[in-house]
Amino acid sequence: MGINIYMKKDIIRKAFIKSVPVMAGYVVLGIGFGILLRSAGYGALWAFAMSALIYAGSMQYVGVGLIAGGASVITTILTTIMVNARHLFYSISMIGRYKGAGRFKPYLIFALTDETYSLLCDGETPDEENADLYRFLVSFFNQCYWVTGSVLGGLLGAVIPFSTEGIEFSMTALFIASFTEQWLTRKDHIPAVTGFAGTLICLLVFGSENFLIPAMLLITLVLTILRKREEAAE
Amino acid sequence: MNAAILVGTMAIVTMLLRFLPFIVFKKYTPQYVVYLGKVLPPAIIGMLVIYCLKDVSLVSGSHGIPELIAALIVAGMQAWKHNSLMSILLGTVIYMMLVQLVF
Repeated sequence: MGINIYMKKDIIRKAFIKSVPVMAGYVVLGIGFGILLRSAGYGALWAFAMSALIYAGSMQYVGVGLIAGGASVITTILTTIMVNARHLFYSISMIGRYKGAGRFKPYLIFALTDETYSLLCDGETPDEENADLYRFLVSFFNQCYWVTGSVLGGLLGAVIPFSTEGIEFSMTALFIASFTEQWLTRKDHIPAVTGFAGTLICLLVFGSENFLIPAMLLITLVLTILRKREEAAE
Repeated sequence: MNAAILVGTMAIVTMLLRFLPFIVFKKYTPQYVVYLGKVLPPAIIGMLVIYCLKDVSLVSGSHGIPELIAALIVAGMQAWKHNSLMSILLGTVIYMMLVQLVF
């Protein structure tokens, strides 16, 4: 199973290019997290530990509040489940893809963030034989950006030389680009519409604090009903 | 010390959520889950688009206009050139200009 050094270099290069859209967002949001954590009294080492071990952006922002407020373990467990329940979704849809990933599998699962998911869920890879290495590298580069940003934020505090207002839109843009691409390459648009419209309805009904879990239930329900129909039609 | 326990708790619970489906369906994956794996990606990405825009207010501030313009640019560029990096970069730069200079 020896792969030569040129092939390896090519895979590293392609994985890096794939990860670049995440770089700016992760570094800047990581810095924001590091600054917030530092202002709560926990420095760069804590930022490193959290970004290396938890590696879930919105949870870490929420986590600063939990730590600073001296939350109980039970509260922390429940909050983490609420904020991160969507990761169940990502994992379910990657079961097939990560099946034969061997030694890369544990890290691939550990590092499955929103952004990494959106880069890898289309299943595209430069070559099938080294797909696992490629996916591992994309996942790893992304975590490097996140950890680097967090530590920088923890070290520098609130000193950033230029206004980064609005740069967080790069994450939104990443999802919009991925949504558009999947829309154009897939024939069946019902899942995309279900996800988009179902979440929008739940946002309007439940408000911006509590809509995510109802949205996931609604999406699962609709897609399940559609499957029954498909089966009945066959 | 307490902070370390909370960080550990968050890390373990997050990891459990990520690993759980892989552990449960290790030996056998029901057809239903295979089906979900096929249809969920576009649905989840649709969900994430809304999730990112959840705090945009249509009735106050800039009424979501910068978000709408930038989103259309990203989608349009992606449909035209199929180059994610370019779509994201252009959309983000224009969004930053809009919120910093215009609105």
